[in-house]
Amino acid sequence: MRRLPVVTAAVLFALGALPAFAEAPSSILNASYDVSRELFVAVNKEYAAKYLKDTGKTLEIKQSHAGSSKQARSILEGLDADVVTFNQATDVQVLADKGFVAANWSEKFPHGASPFYSLPVFLVRAGNPKGIKDWNDLVRDDVKLVFPNPKTSGNARYTYLAATAYAKEAFGNDEAKVNEFVKKFLANVAVFDTGGRAATTTFVEREIGDVLITFETETTGIRKEFGTDKFDAVVPSVSLLADFPVAVVDKVAEKRGSTEIATDYLNFLYSPEGQTILAENGNRVRDEAVAKKFAASFQPVRLVTVDEVFGGWPAVNKTYFGSDGLLDQQLAGQ
Amino acid sequence: MSGASNLDRATSRQGWSRFVLIGGVLLVTALVIGAPVVAVFSQALSKGLGYALESLAHPDTRAAIWLSVTVAIVVVPINTVFGIAAAWAIAKFRFPGRKLLLAIVELPFSVSPIVAGISYLFVYGGQGLFGPWLEAHDLKIMFALPGIILATTFVTAPFVARELIPLMQLQGNGDEEVAATLGARGWQTFFRVTLPNIRWGLLYGVVLCNARVLGEFGAVSIVSGNIRGETNTLPLHVELLYHDYNAAGAFAAAAVLTLVALVTLLVKTLMERVIRSA
Repeated sequence: MRRLPVVTAAVLFALGALPAFAEAPSSILNASYDVSRELFVAVNKEYAAKYLKDTGKTLEIKQSHAGSSKQARSILEGLDADVVTFNQATDVQVLADKGFVAANWSEKFPHGASPFYSLPVFLVRAGNPKGIKDWNDLVRDDVKLVFPNPKTSGNARYTYLAATAYAKEAFGNDEAKVNEFVKKFLANVAVFDTGGRAATTTFVEREIGDVLITFETETTGIRKEFGTDKFDAVVPSVSLLADFPVAVVDKVAEKRGSTEIATDYLNFLYSPEGQTILAENGNRVRDEAVAKKFAASFQPVRLVTVDEVFGGWPAVNKTYFGSDGLLDQQLAGQ
Repeated sequence: MSGASNLDRATSRQGWSRFVLIGGVLLVTALVIGAPVVAVFSQALSKGLGYALESLAHPDTRAAIWLSVTVAIVVVPINTVFGIAAAWAIAKFRFPGRKLLLAIVELPFSVSPIVAGISYLFVYGGQGLFGPWLEAHDLKIMFALPGIILATTFVTAPFVARELIPLMQLQGNGDEEVAATLGARGWQTFFRVTLPNIRWGLLYGVVLCNARVLGEFGAVSIVSGNIRGETNTLPLHVELLYHDYNAAGAFAAAAVLTLVALVTLLVKTLMERVIRSA
């Protein structure tokens, strides 16, 4: 009987369950959102080269990708990610609330800990046959839209809020008119998919709808994959800034002794080299020199933020996305 | 005269309905099974055979294939032994709790894999029942190989037992009783009499179990952590490649799974023939 723990340990050892030793780690794990692989493959390659040059040591940066809400959940349940690079601030906040990430995480790195950003834009079929220019074209009777369900998709939440922000400006905060505009906007949706990628498939492969509304980074990827001659990107007059927040997962990094490397890795995203890679992959960046260099790839647009227009995410979640919130009311009776 | 013409009409009507029914079934089969299989391979080869092979040779994809094979190497033997033991007990003996045991063996069939994955998370995850203890002892089960093996074992547990139980019940206890009267001991009876009797059914169950192990998605998706090149099984890797707008790469990996399925089908058909003639 006394040999049992030894046997158990041997079995777990054989299964690869050996603990991570708390000395200078030779690898870190970046838990990211589901469509960021290409981007971070490029970032990691560059950072590993820099790390080797600076320290003479090799560093392996492992990547985990899934929806960022699922990633947050997995980290709470024990996924040992040293850093998170998410596309939803609320998912980092979940980690902060449970003490995995510093409470003031958004102040730990510049620009609200968001080294790059994107915005909802329109993807239309080649030549823009319906003449779509701005949000008010999307409520026309002859236009059918595709974007995921704001109930399940973070991507679509930005789309919904961007349309609302446009209407708030256009109607000078006349709530009844704003409500009517958004109702018509939602009524024009041909298919509500659960996620961004499913909506892309509906628009691109099933050829449903006239306009796909999604992040600018996505439209770049779609045109790269399916052909720049098949679709045009249309940037509206105003859109909503979508942050891509980053944070060191302190609870994991302290255990693994990787705090320094993890912090340096995230800082690298703000360096000119890091910002260049981000811009090359269709993201708008903070570094002014780099942004200038890529100005041709990004059409000018006026951006508003969730904080300015709606008073922050907690207020938004309560007013719009909660049970019986404005979204539910606008979707009802359709 | 009139009788013959009636018969003619009846036969021709039967011919028609037979034609329509068989044609309908063939059409549905083509649409539901044939077309998707063709689509997998044509998509996989849409950028040429070279590209398909190249994406299979990618380190992440190779790691995913290897991980799935590793899981199969561990899980299939466990479930084979478990399946034989469970089937042996249920088919050959009468004891209190037999019905309950049968229900437990079949439980994984009626539980959605995703629910299975989440329940393991509730038990072994960081916020779960044993989570703090495991963490204190630096043991990692979730988001590592042990978690994937655990979840896959649960989901694929019934396959072998489910194949063997009806077969063993049909064969009854006659052979074993004869062996016992001739002085065979328990293990002797098992290896010399029971096992040879069930060998084809057993192999059939193992093949099905193996196919399901390689294809399992839902439960593994919850406990894997999706670390590329490390905890990403082949089905999970297919999804991730697809999300990367790498459709050709995703379908190349999917083609590997489809080939496994086709080979499984072939082996299964051959074995059905052997079983029937045995």
